[in-house]
Amino acid sequence: MPDFAWILKMALRDFRKNLSRLLLFVSSIVVGIVALVAISSFGENLVKDIDNQAKELLGADLVLENNKPLGDIGLDSLAVATASEVNFASMVAFPKSDASRLTQVRALEGNFPFYGKLETIPAAGEKSFRSGGKKALVEKALMAQFGAQIGDSIKVGALSFQIVGELQKVPGQTGITASVAPAVYIPLGYLQETGLVQYGSRVEYNRYLQFAPGADVAKLIKPYEALWELERIDADTVEDRKQSTGRSFGNLSNFLSLVAFIALLLGCVGVASAVNVFVKEKLASVAVLRCLGVASLDVLLIYLLEIVGMGFIGAAIGSILGTLLQFALPLVFADFLPVEVTVGVSWKSVGFGMVTGLFVSILFALLPLLKVRKVSPMATLRPETADTTLLKDPARWAVLVGILLFIFGFSFYLLGKVTWALGFTAFVLIAFGILWGVGTGLMWAVRKFLPLSLNYPWRQALSNLYRPNNQTISLIATIGLGTAMISTLFFLQNQLLQEAKFADKKDQPNMLLFDIQTAQLDQVREKVTGQKMPILQEVPIVTMQLNTINGVDKKANEKLPEEKNYSRWLYNREFRVTYRDSLISSEQLTDGALIPKGARGDSIFVSFEKGFGEGNGFKIGDEVEFNVQGRPIKTYIGSFREVKFNQVSTNFLVLFPDGVLEEAPKFHVIITKTSTDKQAAEMQTEMVREFPNISIINLGTIVETLEEILRKISFVIQFMAFFSIATGILVLISSLIISKYQRMRESILLRTLGASSALVRQINTLEYFFLGSLASLSGILLSFLATFLLGRFVFQLNFSLAWKEGFVIYLVITLLTIVLGWLNGRKIINQPPMEILRGNG
Amino acid sequence: MSILDLQNVSKTYQSGSRKLTVLDQVTFSIQAGETIAIVGPSGSGKTTLLGLCAGLDSSSTGSVVLNGEALENLNEDQRAAVRSRDVGFIFQNFQLLSTLTALENVMVPLELKKRKDAKEKAMDLLDKVGLKDRATHYPTQLSGGEQQRVSIARAFANAPKILFADEPTGNLDTETGTMIENLIFDLNKEQGTTLVLVTHDLELAAKTQRIVHIKGGKIQEDTHA
Repeated sequence: MPDFAWILKMALRDFRKNLSRLLLFVSSIVVGIVALVAISSFGENLVKDIDNQAKELLGADLVLENNKPLGDIGLDSLAVATASEVNFASMVAFPKSDASRLTQVRALEGNFPFYGKLETIPAAGEKSFRSGGKKALVEKALMAQFGAQIGDSIKVGALSFQIVGELQKVPGQTGITASVAPAVYIPLGYLQETGLVQYGSRVEYNRYLQFAPGADVAKLIKPYEALWELERIDADTVEDRKQSTGRSFGNLSNFLSLVAFIALLLGCVGVASAVNVFVKEKLASVAVLRCLGVASLDVLLIYLLEIVGMGFIGAAIGSILGTLLQFALPLVFADFLPVEVTVGVSWKSVGFGMVTGLFVSILFALLPLLKVRKVSPMATLRPETADTTLLKDPARWAVLVGILLFIFGFSFYLLGKVTWALGFTAFVLIAFGILWGVGTGLMWAVRKFLPLSLNYPWRQALSNLYRPNNQTISLIATIGLGTAMISTLFFLQNQLLQEAKFADKKDQPNMLLFDIQTAQLDQVREKVTGQKMPILQEVPIVTMQLNTINGVDKKANEKLPEEKNYSRWLYNREFRVTYRDSLISSEQLTDGALIPKGARGDSIFVSFEKGFGEGNGFKIGDEVEFNVQGRPIKTYIGSFREVKFNQVSTNFLVLFPDGVLEEAPKFHVIITKTSTDKQAAEMQTEMVREFPNISIINLGTIVETLEEILRKISFVIQFMAFFSIATGILVLISSLIISKYQRMRESILLRTLGASSALVRQINTLEYFFLGSLASLSGILLSFLATFLLGRFVFQLNFSLAWKEGFVIYLVITLLTIVLGWLNGRKIINQPPMEILRGNG
Repeated sequence: MSILDLQNVSKTYQSGSRKLTVLDQVTFSIQAGETIAIVGPSGSGKTTLLGLCAGLDSSSTGSVVLNGEALENLNEDQRAAVRSRDVGFIFQNFQLLSTLTALENVMVPLELKKRKDAKEKAMDLLDKVGLKDRATHYPTQLSGGEQQRVSIARAFANAPKILFADEPTGNLDTETGTMIENLIFDLNKEQGTTLVLVTHDLELAAKTQRIVHIKGGKIQEDTHA
């Protein structure tokens, strides 16, 4: 039975002399814990805030939504206040700058929002807007884009409105939403006069209701639910919104925690590596203790207790700093937050950080620490026998399995799906495997092929990579993975933008005109060709809804068990479909056959987009009945197509054959190509002036929006990647400090043999250069692989190597490594030889 | 009464495909209170023999009985318990625990025996080796001779039945070496401990009652004074 009091005493005695060095070990995990606690606390507080501000999220007690005017819904009389809104995407023009843009027009009547408010500059803007007249409130991003001022006019359809306020904040809306679809509020009374709501316009009708305080909304709406379901009216209560927003941010917070977890894992590699060096230096002491009669378990416990102590300190420092860091997080995530976030200590997150920190330090330290059990007391007489490999030690394999289980368990806790957790564990394994492979492969190659003829400083610096107690692999893993994360983001972002910009050069369409009424078609066509622009595609669009799938209608579907039913969304959504007898360049047939012609009364075979079809459980041959403006049309799925969605083109989930929909009410889309930006701008302005109901998307707007979104997302991802890089730097610093004694010995030996300080400095610099180069190059290579895979399978992009950007990242990381190495190594070179001889260095 | 008894002890190592015999069928015994020196050239197997005698390593064949315990029947932790109870060590390179003070180094064997008076007893021993005033110093703050004196104090701390010393003066100058030799023999005499010395130094060996010459892993000569 171990004598714990004595073990503790011995641990404290050893700890006393190793405090500063052990602190370095745990510094590696501090950054990971900081990130984890900060994100977790932030998530906790966010959930609380969503709870507290749930009414402001929705702005009302109940929101009803439909694609038809709502009319009298019966509940109005029970409400203390109601408001109506019609919203749709449309072009708006800024006459002062002669520019236009696609926006989300919100025609509002009533005092919505009932909770929270439309924040404007000037503050009186909202009141003025509500006081009547042709007045508009305009999103601040739009105002900035067109240099518009309060008092300017804005043209929405056929009418001009005076801008009376710049919208700063709308309840429930985030910065990202504002970038993608900036809003323009106009009074509902003027909607008809704008002439924008025509057939084919995708219009959403909202009714906002406020009930007396304390009203049970769920109970109030109960009698209406069946009817609303039938009429496809979507009802959103405060409770619904709270849940969906909470769920989204829960997912976001878990995803960010996963990124933080990667930083923590990198730190764990640092811990394992540092403890390995620590153990190697302790082998002689272990042998002495064994010689004096201390049992192997007791020796293990002495050092394990030290690690537990340091893990505790590391986790505590991490938790404190993490709690402090969350004060900065609302700024980082400002564009994504629909509520005002309050910050405060979340004890649950602190506890989570403490337990995780302590657990990972022990788990990862055990890997090298187990070695002390196997040290023979004979090593006191023959020191060379002290170091043992543990390849066959079952305890070591048990720890390795424990680490894998921990990674899987932790990711499962965050992601909630076994397959995702397995995927993440596999990703971690592969990434570390590649980096470990690069590190060991390189050390092997240097050892095997280093030519004797090579210039001495280069040869010595390269040999240092595999010096005893080197940390080459852990540095490559930590800095490499951090670099990989940052550069993947950077490359992908670049590639997305390149792809969008390249579209222009490859004879691809770059302008899309939609919502064209049949009566306007000839004029628009003339206008386009008159400007010497080609009509690349002219696409008719028919809107419809889905009645039944294999005979199962919406009501019957509701009664089916979860594993057998179809998504409710399929029955509620509006399908916009086209008809053609062939595929276009962005489509490819994957299953079945495309039947080009169909006729009413005959079997009609439609083609489904593969992802949509398979994702919703459709199969070739399934019977699907659509409702086209009140007329049922029975169809069969004849084929699946793969559709490339990254082109300026009209892409459809459902494609009908020719000969079925020609007589159905429809609107049209024309796709063309402008040769210059100026031509694009002129065309857009003229179109908006002559055909205000027609919406235009041009490539320039897409690229701008994409840049804006990527800028906002990348800031968050860079912020998270910073933790990995910071961990890498800490591991680098600690490894430099840990190897200080050995470097000193080497430097003194070299100086004794006649090397100048300049030569020693050169060797050290070259060593840092190799380390930095290797780590960053491995990371960049990994990121090329990740970019290729993500591009190929997620974004469907053609991979092109971003050499230039890669080179810049390589230079920055390598330079950083050299500078840190220099800062840490200054003392080493100037250390007097006697210090080292006496062992005081 | 025999305190250490070796019967046909061999030690072989596998070096690649080659079998290397370091000790070959060694048989001898040591009586309680006896002082004995094991001498021989480098690579003769002295250190291996010392390791086996002290239970630091296990023999490939043969039997080692230390104070009545057959070491080959014990696992490493059981042998550690025997060492803690009956054995003391003095090493050529002192082998002090670098993170412990001189006093704490001497206290370790006493604490392992759960002695309540560990501190007082360790202080007494440091006093005996003339280092009472250096008790709170760490090994790096002591000279080689001082470190070896601490090591001697530690070796005698648990009142061992048998003391093994591996080239105890090998790392010291002549003057300090002589002082250390005297200290070892004086304390040995005072405590009545069995002393087993491994050395190159024939003058030091001559101070013992018995000299075992070893060469090529075999005992060549066993002479009593």
